[in-house]
Amino acid sequence: MATGHDAHHHGPASGITRWFYTTNHKDIGSMYLWFSFAMFLLGGMFALVIRAELFQPGLQFVDPNFFNQMTTMHGLVMVFGAVMPAFVGLANWMVPMMIGAPDMALPRMNNWSFWILPFAFTMLASTLFMDSGAPNFGWTFYAPLSTTFAPDSVTYFIFAVHIMGASSIMGSINIVATIQNLRAPGMTYMKMPLFVWTWLITAYLLIAVMPVLAGVVTMMLFDIHFGTSFFSAAGGGDPVLFQHVFWFFGHPEVYIMILPAFGIVSEIIPTFSRKRLFGYDSMVYATSSIAFLSFIVWAHHMFTTGMPLAGELFFMYATMLIAVPTGVKVFNWITTMFKGSISFETPMLFAIAFVVLFTCGGFTGLMLAIAPADFQYHDTYFVVAHFHYVLVPGAIFSIMAAAYYWLPKWTGNMYDENLGKLHFWLSFVGINVLFFPQHFLGLAGMPRRIPDYALQFADFNMVSSVGAFIFGFSQLLFLFIVVKTVMGGKKATAEVWEGAEGLEWTVPSPAPYHTFSTPPAIK
Amino acid sequence: MLPMLSTNPLTPVISCIHRLRRVLSAVVLGLVSPSLLAAWELNMPEGITALSRETHSLHMLIFWICVAIGVVVYGVLIYSLIAYRKSKGAIPATFHHNTTAEIIWTVIPFIILIGMAIPSTRVLTQIYDASESELDIMVTGYQWRWQYRYLNEDGAEVTYFSNLATPAEQYENFSDSIAAEKGENYLLEVDEPLVIPANKKVRFLLTSADVIHSWWVPDFAVKKDAIPGFVNESWVIAEQTGIYRGQCTELCGRLHGFMPVVVEVKEPAEFDAWLAEKQAAAQRIADAASQTFTMDQLMEQGQTVYNTYCMACHQANGQGLPPAFPALAGSAIAMGPIEGHIGIVLNGKAGTAMAAFGAQLSAVDLAAVITFERNAWGNNVGDMVQPVDIVTAQGE
Repeated sequence: MATGHDAHHHGPASGITRWFYTTNHKDIGSMYLWFSFAMFLLGGMFALVIRAELFQPGLQFVDPNFFNQMTTMHGLVMVFGAVMPAFVGLANWMVPMMIGAPDMALPRMNNWSFWILPFAFTMLASTLFMDSGAPNFGWTFYAPLSTTFAPDSVTYFIFAVHIMGASSIMGSINIVATIQNLRAPGMTYMKMPLFVWTWLITAYLLIAVMPVLAGVVTMMLFDIHFGTSFFSAAGGGDPVLFQHVFWFFGHPEVYIMILPAFGIVSEIIPTFSRKRLFGYDSMVYATSSIAFLSFIVWAHHMFTTGMPLAGELFFMYATMLIAVPTGVKVFNWITTMFKGSISFETPMLFAIAFVVLFTCGGFTGLMLAIAPADFQYHDTYFVVAHFHYVLVPGAIFSIMAAAYYWLPKWTGNMYDENLGKLHFWLSFVGINVLFFPQHFLGLAGMPRRIPDYALQFADFNMVSSVGAFIFGFSQLLFLFIVVKTVMGGKKATAEVWEGAEGLEWTVPSPAPYHTFSTPPAIK
Repeated sequence: MLPMLSTNPLTPVISCIHRLRRVLSAVVLGLVSPSLLAAWELNMPEGITALSRETHSLHMLIFWICVAIGVVVYGVLIYSLIAYRKSKGAIPATFHHNTTAEIIWTVIPFIILIGMAIPSTRVLTQIYDASESELDIMVTGYQWRWQYRYLNEDGAEVTYFSNLATPAEQYENFSDSIAAEKGENYLLEVDEPLVIPANKKVRFLLTSADVIHSWWVPDFAVKKDAIPGFVNESWVIAEQTGIYRGQCTELCGRLHGFMPVVVEVKEPAEFDAWLAEKQAAAQRIADAASQTFTMDQLMEQGQTVYNTYCMACHQANGQGLPPAFPALAGSAIAMGPIEGHIGIVLNGKAGTAMAAFGAQLSAVDLAAVITFERNAWGNNVGDMVQPVDIVTAQGE
């Protein structure tokens, strides 16, 4: 392995073992990204089964139990397999290059944290082939549906979640250690790029809440196999306790999936506006405030469980407060563009769509925060529309923006701009046709997680399914574009983008296998 | 019958290809019922209670606030994208900080939020005041039906289940044969709705016998979780008579999408007459437990009960959906000693989906369904269970 002062003379090892043994942050970043893309396609296939079944009223394709397995697996694979590893992959690639570090602080643990993931997801996916079928209790796996009434495969699910959690915790420890210890001299905290800042905060969130997730699945394990009654009233437990513990993990988890996206967009918008990010300091403070608030709003997912009035009011007020720092971020992005010099390359298109559509998801989030109104929205398609608006044109679009933005740096080649724009417009139209009608479905009274529906919901469901297939198949174009760029294309310069600033643009494209073996000078 | 597809994930894929033709041809031929074209419902119903209207106006208030903010935010964004294009020769400014602006756009949203919080708090406080109800109804969620029990009433206790009434032929469209045409209230119709009086405060006490369910009637703006082992409360003063429909909104297993909530609001006098009739019927059922029935009577009634309570899991042909739902045809229990069969139906089987029906069904229905299971699908045991046997077993 590369060690010492001559490290930058070493290239990657050859053969397949390069990928098994690698401790290089760029190799591991690539593996995370490819893995997450594979999971994105897998989770997308599950989603298309759902949308195919919901194309028309009646049960056409799948048994309701299999439908429930699809909704569950779609959620789990997308959250833990697609979005989170994609952000970790981007952090691996970019954080060391952005802070002028030679690699991640804990390279061997980096390898380990990636390589346990494929095993976790193989274990999870294998449940589809078991007699009992895959987990069918929703990605939120509320007890007792997920304990007393669960299929036998729930135990595999629990261990898969344990492994995913271990991977995330190791990944976050690594990111924290890297950012806090390996910054180049002069790279003070308030000079760090926002992507680094948002990831630092995200990593702390992960370290705080992934053990809570591990705890809640372990309590399930004990209820199922060892006779405890954490979540069973018959034995002195409480099914609602499950929801409290789950959402104490689950709400920060929501921000884990969006804070790095904020960071990405805060990198891209200034570049293509050719103007410095507006309100850097307030961006940092807003991100920190959101992270703090994320710990005290969890029970807004549980307004209908019968909490006391005081509890409802507290969680309603706290949730509404999140709108303030989130608004600050949106205003800052728009003010960055204001009086800039804007061009519309693919990363910028995705970033602008992020700002527009994430704000849309923010509005519905504010509506959902209002507890009395939430009684009408809760567990309907309005919620489905809300969280898909923040996760798909939010998290997923930011990841795509990041991929287009840094792909020339990673591969040394420019992607095909026309194809990139085609991919953007197909995705943008597809996503809105897919999710916008779901607002109407929810308000009109369609519950989520149902395989069949009353006739008044037929038209919008059909529209939504058409959008799903447009969006789903457009992603094959993304795969094609990325592969084409890896294979060749117009050579990229070191700076790549006219308005780009940051250390990653000072190294050649493609970035050498080892960068910043000696720390760069920071202005 | 619902085919068991979950064991092989490829089966749905294959059948997808097979059926896609039919779905696509339906679209092409415009077979999506024309009656559906009027169904582009966009918004939340105003409902028929003071609180549902309050909730609706709260929803609209916040919606319009969001629209107003959206117009400003998106307006500035679109203006910037048009006015400051590089292709039009825009020269970037160099500012990157403005404390005044940042304070303004922190404080103004905060003030708007306070404006939203005040009416929300008021409505929520009203919703939470379930005191001084005139009628209390216990609502119990079961996989996958609702049970309603009228409390605080003199006379025989009125308690019954409310089951999905849409025939399976309407929703099981797996086969290529033309499915039965879907009715107007497809999936939102039950055999027996909850009946409540208009203009009286009716309190619902919600709980569950198995997993968490959630009881929702959009026109009442009432949605509350039914949690096993705990009792939640909610209430309504319905201001208009009529039939109001909702659904279970908490994922509760395989047939979560098939347990509608239907409430019929009657004038108080009509409600009283209805309740008196139900009490008389309840008395007749209690009396029937001491009668003796013939094999034909038991088999006929047993078939009805089986179709409502057992068929979803054990299937119409008694073959079940192994391994989760075992076959009854040829089963050792259904063809074995009668006590064992009664026991499992009354008490359920721990750790499985088999519920304890002893508390759910009348002695007559239990006797009938057990007799039916012992003598249907070639299980020709030949013996009968009488209501008195059930009462005896329950007493032990």
